[in-house]
Amino acid sequence: MAETLSGIAKLKGKVGVAWKPREYLIEGEMIRRFARAVGDTNPLWKDGAIAPPTFTLSIGFEQFVDDLMKLTPFNTVLMGSTEIESYQPMKRGDTITVVFKISNLRERKGQTGQMAFMTFESTYKNQEKALVAKCRQMVIGY
Amino acid sequence: MSIQLYYQDVKKGDELTPLVKKPTPRQLVMWAGAVGDYMPIHYDQEYARSRGLEGIIVHGQLVGAFLGQLVTDWAGEQGALSKLSCSYKGMNYPGEAVTLRGKVLRKYVRKGEHFVECSVRAENPKGEKTASGTATVVLPYKDDYKRKGRTRRWARD
Repeated sequence: MAETLSGIAKLKGKVGVAWKPREYLIEGEMIRRFARAVGDTNPLWKDGAIAPPTFTLSIGFEQFVDDLMKLTPFNTVLMGSTEIESYQPMKRGDTITVVFKISNLRERKGQTGQMAFMTFESTYKNQEKALVAKCRQMVIGY
Repeated sequence: MSIQLYYQDVKKGDELTPLVKKPTPRQLVMWAGAVGDYMPIHYDQEYARSRGLEGIIVHGQLVGAFLGQLVTDWAGEQGALSKLSCSYKGMNYPGEAVTLRGKVLRKYVRKGEHFVECSVRAENPKGEKTASGTATVVLPYKDDYKRKGRTRRWARD
């Protein structure tokens, strides 16, 4: 590519590099708030003891996206895809350690200017160091 | 919650019970708060239009979570969603219905667990696909259930 995207260069250096781990204590109200936001009334998560598998999406996402946006010239990201693997449910009282990593980065010129396709992976371990979930997501920055 | 679904109850081609959602701007704000996604394309109409969108859009991940609910509702309390994978193909707008559908692709046993793989998709009111992918669930097996009671995977401590 003749043109190099300013800002993307910084991100390129991050591909394959794990973010520093972050810890989150899972509270019942986090689970209940998540279920309410989805409109999911399943009795399994109603009392906030067990989280739905997609609750994984809420752990550390805000901080990661904040970090990511600081490294890019983009104003907006759109979700391209989401993949969640769940090995056991997250539970109230768990301390979840999440590690994010950008695994792939592609850039191109779109209708609205410069775009980048960013794939990132995240792993979630509980206080017993057991892997409870993995995610892989792709976002389109433009 | 409906009657528990068992591995033996399921066959290839079965449709999952469809789920219809009608997200409002309020729900998008709730989702934004629950996951910490504060991209203004999900709450600021003017900004969304300036980014080439028709207006504020439903978060892709919220549609993903709807697909998760489609599957966990169907699989019942003893079922577990082990994998959900979806790509976002189009926009859903608040105020419009999002219809979530799924179909059984195959079933198999691995390491003593009973898996069912389904195709899943989200549709807008025009019937256009806005997200699609696959979901894999572990379902209880009838004899297992009689012998052991609740499955180990989802047992509450």
